[in-house]
Amino acid sequence: MTDYNIHVWRQAATDKPGYMERHRVTEISDDMSFLEMLDVLNESLQVAGKEPIAFDHDCREGICGACSLVINGQAHGPETTTTCQLHMRSIQGTDIYIEPWRAAAFPVLKDCVVDRRSFDRIIQAGGFVSVNTGNAPDANANAIVKEDAETAFDSAACIGCGACVAACKNASAMLFVSAKVSHLAHLPQGNSERKERVTSMIETMDEEGFGSCTNYGECEAACPKSISTENIGVLNREFVRAKVGSTT
Amino acid sequence: MLIAVTGIALIFFVLAHMMGNLQVFAGRESLNAYAAKLKSLGPVLWGARFGLLCVFGLHVYLTIKLTRSNHQARGSVVADSPLAGFLGERYSNQYRYKTATTSSRFMILSGLLILLFVIYHLAHFTFHQIGDPPNITADGVTDVYEMVVQSFRNPLISVSYICFQIVLGLHVYHGASSAFQTLGLKTGSSRKPLSFLGLALALLLTCGNSSIPFAVWMGLI
Ligand code: FES
Repeated sequence: MTDYNIHVWRQAATDKPGYMERHRVTEISDDMSFLEMLDVLNESLQVAGKEPIAFDHDCREGICGACSLVINGQAHGPETTTTCQLHMRSIQGTDIYIEPWRAAAFPVLKDCVVDRRSFDRIIQAGGFVSVNTGNAPDANANAIVKEDAETAFDSAACIGCGACVAACKNASAMLFVSAKVSHLAHLPQGNSERKERVTSMIETMDEEGFGSCTNYGECEAACPKSISTENIGVLNREFVRAKVGSTT
Repeated sequence: MLIAVTGIALIFFVLAHMMGNLQVFAGRESLNAYAAKLKSLGPVLWGARFGLLCVFGLHVYLTIKLTRSNHQARGSVVADSPLAGFLGERYSNQYRYKTATTSSRFMILSGLLILLFVIYHLAHFTFHQIGDPPNITADGVTDVYEMVVQSFRNPLISVSYICFQIVLGLHVYHGASSAFQTLGLKTGSSRKPLSFLGLALALLLTCGNSSIPFAVWMGLI
């Protein structure tokens, strides 16, 4: 059981100024998850008639990408996992600083909740394949080499949480975009739209106000799903291809 | 992408420049002849200089622009402060770098240092505004060799030169491997070798160029 000093970002709304607020939580078990610790804190705030801290969460099992939080200066905290899967035993020391993802393209909605719809708009710009509806195709109708399937799957593991943007000094969304582009670039289904996909996704990414990649590699280190910056190489190659205009 | 292309062009230039300079080891005649040959190219030389200046200028301009827009993208705690985006930290607790290399973090700084040094370097060795102008030898050739050796006898010049080479090395180390990534060359099996190439280029430049002042110190030339 440990007591913690919590320093947390409070902000009433996007256009209101924010500030760090201090709270104390007591009797926290090492086996609690980070979000459970926040639940305990929020409960005590509510009992005291105060406004609970707003933070994003949904599945709490590391698959949906809703949870966020920069914990002691690290996106999703010190482990390679999502905040919801982080345990209190991984936290060093008793002072915890909790802040929202910070990026111009992720405006704060309230406290630690940020607006990540810019990611959705990037996906809408090309992160899909167009198929004619009808009967579901036979599962093995499209034979895909095992290695390609594996690489595509590794990229597809991205849950779109935005930790890459939060960790990047340039608030660049390259890792996110590259995961989607490289996922579809490795599959035959993605082939016909590959040029338009990469061009329009990159365009949207720039329009949304994300920064540009300067290869710090921090995104990869922060990613709870260990998406590799190799995807960014693939994204760049796809982009060069689309621009230079070769047909393959 | 233009940054990557201009960067690679500049790497080619510094490599060629270094190879030219290393002729100092081949003796006085050789270096002087090389310098005279360059000068005798006339319009070609000016064309090359102009091209180089454009590439260099473009590289500097684009990187400064990039840095600014990247700082803006970061979003800031104090959005309406005029310094927003230039005060680095957006998180109250010092952000902890997990993997970013020192050389990657200080690209704009090392780049600006290089810019300053290049100006100084040109004023010194090309336009002779700093230090004594070089002698003309009996047969009418500019004695570049003597100028180099004399300059490097001055510890201030040689030490600053070596420091600069280290900054250049750091810049090229991240710059080169980063450029390969930007051009989409670093995928699959080419990843490791290309990162290594960046490091190798940086070491080659730093060591190669620094060898000249060291040789002067040791009295080898
Ligand atoms: S709450 Fe779903 S990933 Fe954390």
